[in-house]
Amino acid sequence: MTLSTFKRLALTVLFLSVSLVGFARDSKEGGDDEKFDPKEMILHHVKDAYGMHIATLNQGKENEFHITIPLPVIVYTDKGLTTFSSSAFHHDYHGHEIVERNGQRFVNVHEKVYVLDEGASEVTFDAEGHPTNAHRPKFDLSITRNVFMMWVSIAVLLLIFLSAARRYKKSDEYVPSGIASFVEPLIVFVRDEIAKPMIGEHKYKKYMPYLLTIFFFIWINNIFGLIPILNGANVSGNIAFTFTLAAITFIITTFSGNKHYWQHIFWMPGVPVPMKIFLMPIEIIGMFVKPISLMIRLFANITAGHVIILALMSLIFVFKTEAMAPVSVAFSLFITVIEIVVTAIQAYIFTILSALYFGMATEEAHH
Amino acid sequence: MDLITPEFGLVFWTLITFLVLLFILRKFAWNPILGAVSEREEGIKDALASAEKARQEMENLQADNERILQEARAEREAMLKDAREMKAKMIADAKDEAQSQASKMIEQAQAAIESEKKAAMAELKSHVAGLSIEIAEKVVRDELSNKDKQLKLVENMLGETTLN
Repeated sequence: MTLSTFKRLALTVLFLSVSLVGFARDSKEGGDDEKFDPKEMILHHVKDAYGMHIATLNQGKENEFHITIPLPVIVYTDKGLTTFSSSAFHHDYHGHEIVERNGQRFVNVHEKVYVLDEGASEVTFDAEGHPTNAHRPKFDLSITRNVFMMWVSIAVLLLIFLSAARRYKKSDEYVPSGIASFVEPLIVFVRDEIAKPMIGEHKYKKYMPYLLTIFFFIWINNIFGLIPILNGANVSGNIAFTFTLAAITFIITTFSGNKHYWQHIFWMPGVPVPMKIFLMPIEIIGMFVKPISLMIRLFANITAGHVIILALMSLIFVFKTEAMAPVSVAFSLFITVIEIVVTAIQAYIFTILSALYFGMATEEAHH
Repeated sequence: MDLITPEFGLVFWTLITFLVLLFILRKFAWNPILGAVSEREEGIKDALASAEKARQEMENLQADNERILQEARAEREAMLKDAREMKAKMIADAKDEAQSQASKMIEQAQAAIESEKKAAMAELKSHVAGLSIEIAEKVVRDELSNKDKQLKLVENMLGETTLN
């Protein structure tokens, strides 16, 4: 078991290095004047993108071939909804490829769709690289690679848990077997180690579905982020993702707050009146800081892990020597192993803190 | 800055995806699994409790058995003691009975002997009286045949009478 895990890990790192080698050769062979920019490479891997780019074959040659899963671009502008495939951009993200749809011209500038202004036929950039004659669409609801990977992750989650749940229906003795025996300890862990101690024996049941769902949703997306062949689908390291989950936690906390909770925020009992007035703004800020800390913690931890691995791999191309490869691979293997632990820890922390906030909101007066 | 600005599109899709996932999993996974797990835990708890109860009952039963055995033993002891006592009593009674019977028989025998003796004495007396009379008759006849002797006798008689 441990041996096969190790093998898989080694393979994972190998894939990562291969995909990066391909990427780097692009910068090298694309012209000697074009220097390898690790920052740009890392940011492109960490951020969202319109297509699911897996690998490029024969890069820089006549028969260059991209292995990509094209994803739909859905934008809503003044002229209504426009939909087209991300393959229309032909892997260009510098604003060169202009896609004409619905009487509008779209370009991809660093994986952001821009609409060219009326009459413009080419994007012009200012000194900082921002387009000057194009603007963002009103709403960009594209199925980006993060959305796509998120859907893959929920498909996997549904597959695991629905088949596990079916096992419980089938057996009369409720003895966990197969996938259920793998899933049940985790569910019981969330119940006994997170929900019960944080929320309390009597009220935890109401929050169990939410806690279980965020725990497994974050965990599986963290894990998927570590699979390099998916080109760093950094779903849980995207601030929009963590923002949404933290916002849901905040909403649930706010709506389940009882009299005791609000009293502690606006009129702290047991302290003198000047202190009450002093504490009120602090507590109100604290109300918002809690979910914001949730949001930043998950985003920063997961993104940092990706950045470190990519930076270690970039060393090979910064030093322009293959001799660096064993060092990079060894270090990124080490970091990847740590990241595997981090995937679970971050999911656990997000869940336990959410549970803690629910527990604080529903706590009964005890003095 | 781009990195830390939440994109509306991704927020939108994350929200929808998450809510759908939450709804489906809650209905079809969490509730059945948690229900089954807690049901099983209840079952285990009940089974343990009933096992404990059975053990208790077993212990009680054993204690009862012990007590009954003890009682039976005591009863046997008592019965044996009774029997022994009864035996001794019966022997003693029989002895007494025999004693009294024997003394009674002896008494009867003595009484019979006494009455026999009396009867024999009476008969002897009557015999002796008869014999005496006969002897006296013979003597008197003999004496009366001789006048002198008669007189002398009378005289002797008279003389004796005065002495009395």
